[in-house]
Amino acid sequence: MSWSRDEMAARAAIELSNGDYVNLGIGIPTLVANHLQAGVEVILQSENGLLGIGPFPYEEDVDPDLINAGKQTVTELPSSSFFSSADSFSMIRGGHIDVAVLGAIQVDEKGDLANWTIPGKMLKGMGGAMDLVAGVKRIIVLTDLNAKNGEAKFVSECSMPLTGKNVVDMIVTDKCVFTRPDRQSKFRLIELAPGVTESEIADSVTADYDVALTA
Amino acid sequence: MNKVFASPEAALEGVLFDGMTIMSGGFGLSGNPESLIPVIRDNGVKNLTVISNNAGADGFGLWMLLKSRQVGKMISSYVGENKLFEQQCMDGELELELNPQGTLAERIRAGGAGIPAFYTKTGVGTVVAEGKPVETFEGEEYVRETWLRSDLSIVRAWRADTAGNLQYRKTARNFNPNMATAGKITVVEVEEIVPEGTMDPDNIHTPGIFVDRVIKATINEKRIENLTTRPREAV
Repeated sequence: MSWSRDEMAARAAIELSNGDYVNLGIGIPTLVANHLQAGVEVILQSENGLLGIGPFPYEEDVDPDLINAGKQTVTELPSSSFFSSADSFSMIRGGHIDVAVLGAIQVDEKGDLANWTIPGKMLKGMGGAMDLVAGVKRIIVLTDLNAKNGEAKFVSECSMPLTGKNVVDMIVTDKCVFTRPDRQSKFRLIELAPGVTESEIADSVTADYDVALTA
Repeated sequence: MNKVFASPEAALEGVLFDGMTIMSGGFGLSGNPESLIPVIRDNGVKNLTVISNNAGADGFGLWMLLKSRQVGKMISSYVGENKLFEQQCMDGELELELNPQGTLAERIRAGGAGIPAFYTKTGVGTVVAEGKPVETFEGEEYVRETWLRSDLSIVRAWRADTAGNLQYRKTARNFNPNMATAGKITVVEVEEIVPEGTMDPDNIHTPGIFVDRVIKATINEKRIENLTTRPREAV
């Protein structure tokens, strides 16, 4: 058994505290907003220049001047603010965002992250990913444990072009959770999805990690 | 001082030349100078270096300057969802310099602020830092990035007064205010022009000193790239 996309998002949501400023990447990370714990309100930042992202609009309220970083139409909240791209990345690079949840192509045991390009395939660009991992206080990666072709994504050393070096704090996958208390420490396997065994994880990754299962 | 010009064509008269560098505002398809880009296309000016976060989309925005093969180099952070761009890059017709989005924004801000270089943690240990000086500050490594300036910045705002003071609307602001500061000449298109002295001085996003020419937008397509809605709850 493995966790669904929503269950993965819900697991990542447990890491968010009331009042956190949070940037969610495109894809599964976006789902985290739907699974906040009771009593937890966070302020979502969108790097194109919006702090306080509201829900998707009703059809008649769609506004082409109001989009998120994934270019989806969104709404503003009474508490929202708008600002320039330079101000937006002052928030990000300047260490004012508490948590970012991002996808990954590979993460390695030293916390290096590769998530922006696969050489030989189309070059789309890194967008804000490199700024986020460089500046946000805590980086949570949300990804399947293995690529669609079965290859390990949690590896001893990233072979894909890096987004940042030693930047990942936690990895929430469809099968388990790895975390570390600081960026000098080794990752620890702390949780398994129902029915998943420790040896199954060991066979699915090439990274070195400690085991510290909590349940 | 009245900075208002009669048309997009009039506002770009005499400022376009081959090999020039143009900054173009916008994020995705939001806040693009939709009325000014077709004038650059129709002028036929060639071998442009274009600085813009994205490269437009099929039939819209900067895409039309790629289509007419007027762009020699793009400096951008994200160029996905654009088949024409992909093709021209792979054919070697178009040079691409990818910048992290925040580094791109700060390079433009630095250009407008008269700061030739700065250090950032973004991109350290990645291809972005290759060939650039890296220095350690308080125990952490930072890479040196340089300013960006343009011969012409084309900007989309919501509202201007006749003196060139600007207000933007929602997330259509994005790179526009930063690019407005970094152009030798800055030309702005807006949805509404009001008389000087009628805008609240406390609510001006770009002071008129950064703006040379203003026109009322003639194209307001504002295409939506990714329409996302929620259903009305049943009553």
